[in-house]
Amino acid sequence: MSKMHVKLTVNGKAVEALAEPRTLLIHFLREELGITGPHIGCESSHCGACTVDMGGRSVKACTMFVAQANGAEITTVEGLAAADGTLHPLQEAFREHHGLQCGYCTPGMITRAYRLLQENPSPTEAEVRFGLAGNLCRCTGYQNIVKAVLAAAPVMQAQKEAAE
Amino acid sequence: MNEMIPPAGDRAAALKGLGSSRKRVEDVRFTQGKGAYVDDIKLKDMVFGDFVRSPYAHARVVSVNKEAALAVPGVIAVLTAEDLAPLGLHWMPTLAGDRQMVLADGKVLYQGQEVAFVVAENRYACADAIELVEVDYEALPVVTDPFKALEPDAPVLREDLAGKTEGAHGPRRHHNHIFLWEQGDRAATEAVIDGADVVAEERIHYHRTHPCPLETCGCVASMDKITGKLTLWGTFQAPHAVRTVASLISGIAEHNIRVISPDIGGGFGNKVGVYPGYVCSIVASIVTGRPVKWVEDRMDNLMTTAFARDYWMDGRIAATKDGRITGLWCHVTADHGGFDACADPTKFPAGFFNICTGSYDIPVAYVGVDGVYTNKAPGGVAYRCSFRVTEAAYFIERMVDILAIKLGMDPVELRLKNFIRKDQFPYHSALGWEYDSGDYHTAMEQALAAVDYKGLRAEQAERLEAFKRGESRSLMGVGVAFFTEIVGAGPVKNCDILGLGMFDSCEIRIHPTGSAIARLGTISQGQGHATTFAQILASEIGIPADDITVEEGDTDTAPYGLGTYGSRSTPVAGAATAMAGRKIRAKAQMIAAYLLEVHDDDVEFDVDRFQIKGAPERFKTMKEIAFAAYNQAIPGLEPGLEAVSYYDPPNMTYPFGAYICVMDVDVDTGVCDVRRVYALDDCGTRINPMIIEGQVHGGLTEALAIAMGQEIAYDEDGNVTTGTLMDFFIPTAVETPHYETDHTVTPSPHHPIGAKGVGESPNVGGVPMFSNAVMDAFKPFGLTHAHMPHDHWRVWRIANGLGLHG
Amino acid sequence: MIPGSFDYHRPATVQEAARLVASLGEDARVVAGGHSLIPMMKLRMAAPAHLIDLQGVEGLAGIAVSGGEVRIGAMTTQHMLIEDAALAQAAPLVREAALQIADPQVRYMGTIGGNLANGDPGNDMPGLMQCLDAAFTLVGPEGARQVRAREFYFGAYDTARAEDEILSEIAFSGHAGAGYAYEKQKRKIGDYATAAAAVLLRMEGGRCAAASVAMTNLADRPIFSQAAADALVGSPLDAAALDAAVAAMQGDIAPGADTRGPVEFKRHVAGVMLRRAVARAASRA
Repeated sequence: MSKMHVKLTVNGKAVEALAEPRTLLIHFLREELGITGPHIGCESSHCGACTVDMGGRSVKACTMFVAQANGAEITTVEGLAAADGTLHPLQEAFREHHGLQCGYCTPGMITRAYRLLQENPSPTEAEVRFGLAGNLCRCTGYQNIVKAVLAAAPVMQAQKEAAE
Repeated sequence: MNEMIPPAGDRAAALKGLGSSRKRVEDVRFTQGKGAYVDDIKLKDMVFGDFVRSPYAHARVVSVNKEAALAVPGVIAVLTAEDLAPLGLHWMPTLAGDRQMVLADGKVLYQGQEVAFVVAENRYACADAIELVEVDYEALPVVTDPFKALEPDAPVLREDLAGKTEGAHGPRRHHNHIFLWEQGDRAATEAVIDGADVVAEERIHYHRTHPCPLETCGCVASMDKITGKLTLWGTFQAPHAVRTVASLISGIAEHNIRVISPDIGGGFGNKVGVYPGYVCSIVASIVTGRPVKWVEDRMDNLMTTAFARDYWMDGRIAATKDGRITGLWCHVTADHGGFDACADPTKFPAGFFNICTGSYDIPVAYVGVDGVYTNKAPGGVAYRCSFRVTEAAYFIERMVDILAIKLGMDPVELRLKNFIRKDQFPYHSALGWEYDSGDYHTAMEQALAAVDYKGLRAEQAERLEAFKRGESRSLMGVGVAFFTEIVGAGPVKNCDILGLGMFDSCEIRIHPTGSAIARLGTISQGQGHATTFAQILASEIGIPADDITVEEGDTDTAPYGLGTYGSRSTPVAGAATAMAGRKIRAKAQMIAAYLLEVHDDDVEFDVDRFQIKGAPERFKTMKEIAFAAYNQAIPGLEPGLEAVSYYDPPNMTYPFGAYICVMDVDVDTGVCDVRRVYALDDCGTRINPMIIEGQVHGGLTEALAIAMGQEIAYDEDGNVTTGTLMDFFIPTAVETPHYETDHTVTPSPHHPIGAKGVGESPNVGGVPMFSNAVMDAFKPFGLTHAHMPHDHWRVWRIANGLGLHG
Repeated sequence: MIPGSFDYHRPATVQEAARLVASLGEDARVVAGGHSLIPMMKLRMAAPAHLIDLQGVEGLAGIAVSGGEVRIGAMTTQHMLIEDAALAQAAPLVREAALQIADPQVRYMGTIGGNLANGDPGNDMPGLMQCLDAAFTLVGPEGARQVRAREFYFGAYDTARAEDEILSEIAFSGHAGAGYAYEKQKRKIGDYATAAAAVLLRMEGGRCAAASVAMTNLADRPIFSQAAADALVGSPLDAAALDAAVAAMQGDIAPGADTRGPVEFKRHVAGVMLRRAVARAASRA
């Protein structure tokens, strides 16, 4: 089985590599590119620790071959902060509201919340819970994660309006 | 008052010390994906190792053929027990005084057991080769039921122990028996029970489950052949203990081993033990001369490393007619799996299960625990728990509810009647503990008022009537639990692990410019130690928490300590931190007195400075004192400002709490909807309320999972049927309710800052709370007890058994 | 959990895909969203030598609603089903069900075609499509053919689709004016159904004029229960009719025990789901 030529855009940077088609996207990101924000938790697409944003969709990188992702545009938690290092409102809100403990689910959780808030800029608590249901957390009981996402929503809205 | 001096309150607030909801310093990294967990480690020439595992729960390993696997490109080695035997590493000691196979030595005792270790250039080649290792098994009869394991003709599981009638904890009375551990006065307890007005009796199973942190276990072993130094990074909740164990079993001198716990993605007890993966990685690194990484996958994790609970608890509780509890009797059949690898202090093979008299003044009690081998994975770890306290709290909180039914009393009334009173502390329990402090009545009354307990009972009665009239198919349950924990292991006189006393440590260095670094023997797995330990120090030494770096987990730099589990970090290492801080302060006082040209006794500490008594405008700040420590030659004083403290706690701490929840139980589907959870915790002095609340939310969610569905289940053949996160229940944000938290503060009298530990309280109290709510809903129809987990079908089965399906 | 090796193909047209499937034979597997196949491959319960990815096939994703008729391309994701306003208008049952499948991330990737063609009895879409009386278009080397959803499923992973065929499109009539409900009991988000019922009802003059009932994860295939529908039709949906429908449905299902519970429990919950689905559908009719 031959290796294939893979071209991706990751966090705004073009990436090219030779990879076995079976390489899971999560392994490609972590081991080939050294992008270790997305984590491996369950390997069966239940926990969401490996969540990345791919072409406007939140996807679980443990359940995708790099071959399938070939040509895609990918954003990971490492790509959320502004170019000048200013943290994304979600990153700020998770810290402010104690939305994390061990930090292992956090990159996936924030990346998922990022997409959720693009699609639903002012969600209710129930919508946040439903929208994050593909991400498991063992530490926080979700309460402060939900609080953080609800707090980040208006900040993101305001930033968007200011930019427009 | 000098106007230039800010008020003490403002100066204290600026320190962000005790009581401050200081934001976590860890989060800046974690929120940007810059955590550094073990699987993030990438070393030059690093290779990967992984296991061939047994599909059988009990079988002889007739042969292992490596040939095809070794032919896979990129495969470097395939290790079996035969390869490890010459090094004496095919077996390893467990924390419980037993021994465990590192790789299958002639037989396997549980599904998923490690049979061979494949080392390859990368994960993919490794996985391909694992497929090709041919193992010839000869299946043996399987025993998954601990009661059947003790029958006379049960299959012999541990053939290596043939003829051994004495185990690590006393006599073994059967080939699958491990120990009998007894506490209390059996004869006196049985006499009380025989003569009692009322006796409630029940068999209570706390099912087998698993801590399942989101990050699995793993390590990177790197043997430097030139320096002879082994570096081992790994998911270790007790890095120093791992170093000592690694030295003892490998023969490598301890100073040549450096163990590093990097960021850990949750532990909950899963990462206390020593697993075959660590040993094989070390051996493989020695053999190959290259760094070896091993990271288990989720199925491996659930099937092999560190189950928790699996206690069958037979209880009898006696009382007078008017509800005074007079005696408690308990016998436990403890399923330990194929090896006894329980993570308990050495002298406590059933942990602190003898805290099972709970929060009640019970004059006489007896506990006996029989440990049993079965064809299940080893472990028996304290899953968000201080050594079997969860089992004990569940047992007593169920027994009290069952007794209340028998007495026709409200379960809260029965509790209030039997609580240890405030004036009884320090309280000596019938099973040997000295409870340091408590105010149970105040906590319970505060909880009852907060939830309007009477109102809830009235609502429940109305709902029951509606159900009986056929207007509703749902029942309301009110779950009450009042727990007392025993945490902070522990006094060296009775607590050790493999002979290592369970003290802990802190070393502080104050830098010339007035900032500091503190190193501890513990290791955070999400608890926020870098934040909270700095707060303890800030209040002790008057340096802002923001100016204090906290470092843990590197055995080359940190002082020796026994690690983080059993809610011991705050009670033990937190105390060490305060004590080390006080040593700093004592020296600072002398420096300040010298600088102010007064006698030591004429200065007093005030938040962030020493000032002359009665003349607060004459002072030296800690910053000034720190600099002086490095640039002044002070007669009679060594330069520098450093201290180290090894803290051997005089006693455990005894956090407690009152938990109440409300649940709606759909009798037709078995679906239980938790609509309200109130949790009052008393963990003594509160270091960081924000972090305490977060711990409570998380622990309650783990409790919810355990009570309502989470289990490691086996079929008759010993196959694990809950090996993925599809079947092993971890609630999502949707299944998780909103929590209300509350507190009282009863400081520990013997802890330097009065703190008691909180991480495990919500799990200890939460499980009986949720379980009691389910039972409470069905109580009007005659239910006294049903086993957990209360997943849909089991709740449905309760309703069905009570004739509620028409 | 590492899959075996394979060669990867990303055809651009249905014809090219069909040719690949035909030429590579049984060593090849078609992948859509991959959320059924990839976990199987990671467990090495599936080890295809060739993977034919349909994501690049032109025209295979999309929803067309016209004159009350609905056509959905096989590569349409669950997420697209949820977001499509015209579909929500014409067949709100689909959106209601899709929201109960898996979790957000899986719904971005998981496709209706994958969910239907895979033949996993735990999947929700097969029963739903039987309830809607959908027709599946299968493209093979000989061209295209249509198979009714109600005739497509034989057993677990055993369907009317030949190995060299690709499911390309799903078509059904919208159910405007009909009451609808998808009732699903599951242990948690991300789980398959313990039992689920899809119901469509038309009411006329207080009586049920037409009904369609299909059940999920209660046999080795989805169960379209004509008998349950028959028991409802003509009735005012009173207790007797509901009892009869449940009894009829329970005669059609054959659940197996698993970690979700024993057979008796599943049979009972199937009845509860059906009753609740009928009640909710009736409230919308």
